[in-house]
Amino acid sequence: MATCWSKMNKSSSILKRSSLLGQSIPWQPIKMGAPLSARASSWWSGVEMGPPDPILGVSEAFKKDTNPLKMNLGVGAYRDDQGKPFVLPSVREAERIIAQKGLNKEYAPIGGEPEFGRLSANLAFGQGNEIVSSGRNVSVQTISGTGALRVGATYLAKWFPGNKTVYLPRPSWGNHTPIFKQSGMNVDGYRYYDPTTCGFDFNGAMEDISRIPEKSVIMLHACAHNPTGVDPKDEQWKEMSQLVKKRNLFAFFDMAYQGFASGDVDRDAFAVRQFLEDGHNICLSQSYAKNMGLYGERVGAFTVVCKDKEEAARVNSQIKILIRPMYSNPPVNGSRIVSEILTNTALNKQWLEDVKGMADRIITMRQELKDGLANEGSSKNWEHIVDQIGMFCFTGMTPEQVEKITTEFSVYMTKDGRISVAGISSSNVGYLAKAMHAVTK
Amino acid sequence: MSEFAVVEAAPPIEVFQLSRDCQADTHPQKINLGVGAYRTPEGKPWILPVVKKAEAQLAKDIDAETINHEYLPVLGLDSFARAATSMVLGKDSPALKEERAFGVQSLSGTGALRNGAEFLFRQLKRTVFYFSDPTWGNHGLIFKNAGFTDARKYRYWNKDTCGFNFEGMIEDLQNAPEGAVIILHACAHNPTGIDPSQEQWGKIADVMQEKRLFPFFDCAYQGFASGDLDQDAWAVRFFVERGFEMFCSQSFSKNFGLYNERAGNLTVVVKDKSLIENMKSQITLIVRAMYSNPPAHGGRIVDLVLKDEQLFKEWCECIKVMSSRIIEMRQGLRERLEKLNTPGQWNHITEQIGMFSFTGLTPEMCQFLLKEKHVYLLKNGRISMCGVTPSNLDYLA
Repeated sequence: MATCWSKMNKSSSILKRSSLLGQSIPWQPIKMGAPLSARASSWWSGVEMGPPDPILGVSEAFKKDTNPLKMNLGVGAYRDDQGKPFVLPSVREAERIIAQKGLNKEYAPIGGEPEFGRLSANLAFGQGNEIVSSGRNVSVQTISGTGALRVGATYLAKWFPGNKTVYLPRPSWGNHTPIFKQSGMNVDGYRYYDPTTCGFDFNGAMEDISRIPEKSVIMLHACAHNPTGVDPKDEQWKEMSQLVKKRNLFAFFDMAYQGFASGDVDRDAFAVRQFLEDGHNICLSQSYAKNMGLYGERVGAFTVVCKDKEEAARVNSQIKILIRPMYSNPPVNGSRIVSEILTNTALNKQWLEDVKGMADRIITMRQELKDGLANEGSSKNWEHIVDQIGMFCFTGMTPEQVEKITTEFSVYMTKDGRISVAGISSSNVGYLAKAMHAVTK
Repeated sequence: MSEFAVVEAAPPIEVFQLSRDCQADTHPQKINLGVGAYRTPEGKPWILPVVKKAEAQLAKDIDAETINHEYLPVLGLDSFARAATSMVLGKDSPALKEERAFGVQSLSGTGALRNGAEFLFRQLKRTVFYFSDPTWGNHGLIFKNAGFTDARKYRYWNKDTCGFNFEGMIEDLQNAPEGAVIILHACAHNPTGIDPSQEQWGKIADVMQEKRLFPFFDCAYQGFASGDLDQDAWAVRFFVERGFEMFCSQSFSKNFGLYNERAGNLTVVVKDKSLIENMKSQITLIVRAMYSNPPAHGGRIVDLVLKDEQLFKEWCECIKVMSSRIIEMRQGLRERLEKLNTPGQWNHITEQIGMFSFTGLTPEMCQFLLKEKHVYLLKNGRISMCGVTPSNLDYLA
């Protein structure tokens, strides 16, 4: 992601040349068939082609492939066992209820409806938690998880009194880096994934964290780490929490899969709640894209846990000042669905079942893939497929193997060997096992 | 010791504070003339009937599984962006015929302005921008947050005449440095309600061409101002005819009443269509790092309506309803003020257009109205005509 910045430096010198040219060309209305002079006098001649997004690029290529057996294991969006997008029954019911209410379309408050913020914080921290009841959280609605991270990054870039560097796990979601960089934060990392075990490099992480300069920001994936699917065990989280405290680091949690990882919203919030229990005043980004299937409605929340109510009021006022010049106030269609589900007892129950259903299907596919590879006769250790959790699986395949599986079997995934388990179904898991075995044996 | 002990309390944003204060006020005759959102003659928010129809259709489509809640592309629903771009440029626009215009679905007008400003700063390294004096309060903040470092004003409102300071604007543009980004209101200037005449737009275009200034139109009221989509887009289309490269931010908050769904579009017009792919790729990076992809609901509603002949007709009727109610209230207010022999000239009330009127009242007069008469307006004298109804017209005057 650093490449787009170096390109920008190049492009400005190109622009100088073209504007010099531009000054000698008289201005006139565009006529058809005058592309050469048009290009020279256009403002945009210096704009370079940006790097293609590795994830979205996979979907593009997949669409063009005519192989009937093709599989898209790229973008992380849940698919049912027929490979189709899934609108949750609880969501559908919530939409019907909301339609009856005849709500208006007036602007939401800048930070969204306070109730939505409160419900989101309670979902993350646990019903009856002390933080929400004492009013010391700032919880604003954001444009899904990306928006929450961006608001958070912008807020930290302006107000964080320590070292304006965020330490991301290695690897992390590809979009974390540009979000923080474009907000004005520096980005660095700590060891996380161990390619030799396809598991968590706990010792490496602890070593690196102990060397992070005090008063820096550390990003933690609350559950279902993206892209690896590798999560620390409970005991490891406890040790990490103590170390983060000792180093006086500010913890920024990204929770995009609460409920979606294990099927249990409380289990998936373990790390967040552990840190709160240990006294960290964290900040948190939440997404409802996956766990409520509300992807395109862009519903998320950003929370800052403050010292007390008075501090929360100040922080809230500053966050609003950052949101207004970004998009003024958030879209409500999705957040109304979330609020309806979280306040309606029957719907909430339905939702918990829906999300468990999704998580269970994923867990089943993991098992079937591992079994399938064994059936193909693979001698490799594929334990990590079932040890990892959530939507994604870091298969351990090399870029060359990925290239091969794509060209020979039309199985599409990102170069890092990451597959979206959501893209696997009972009808194609056998084919995938065959393909993976073929390129890795 | 908390990390955030250093965080100061930010000043409340005036227009929202005003709404809060008006809400809290128990006076029976209170009038809220603050926020610019349309109100019916009964003073209620209005969900356009055509929007209700569109939403009912979308609900059916979800049941039928022809649509769902999946991610939209980063630059938005392509069909929406095309329809929105065509709506402002006119379907016969040379820019469209020559394939040198495109749209980016954005988070309403604010989001479109922000996307455009980010692109101009990051890709073209622009740092100087101009906005009218006065202008919508968020313009300066958007551009500054996008990275622009040099905020300048061009004169616009002449408080002595309650009119347009055309000469001042021209002079200020003449003195602008090459490459400066100029924020222009396409129609229904916010907050004054005064728009340049066609002849004046011609002279503005002359200066901007001569000085190589970049036009960034803010079009938040197309259709809402005069009731006629083509008329309200005249200035934007004129600049396209004149050969400018430009941005135009579009909001569907007012003309579709979709305030809280955040439906908007950034229209981009370029000279050379071969540059479009590069530009889209860079805008993609900007969007991805801010919000990844836009919210689907509002965009789908607008798309449905703009593409369907019958729904489009119904929508045109809705905007006529809204714009003519506003024009009626302007007439009503001016008549009553003149009947009461109120000191000063009041012709500007009907000469101005759109949601807002710059009354010419001083901050002290506004304070008086607020405190003594429970009439809530901004301290710069801006009133939202939407808050004026047949039942409060007399009280207001």
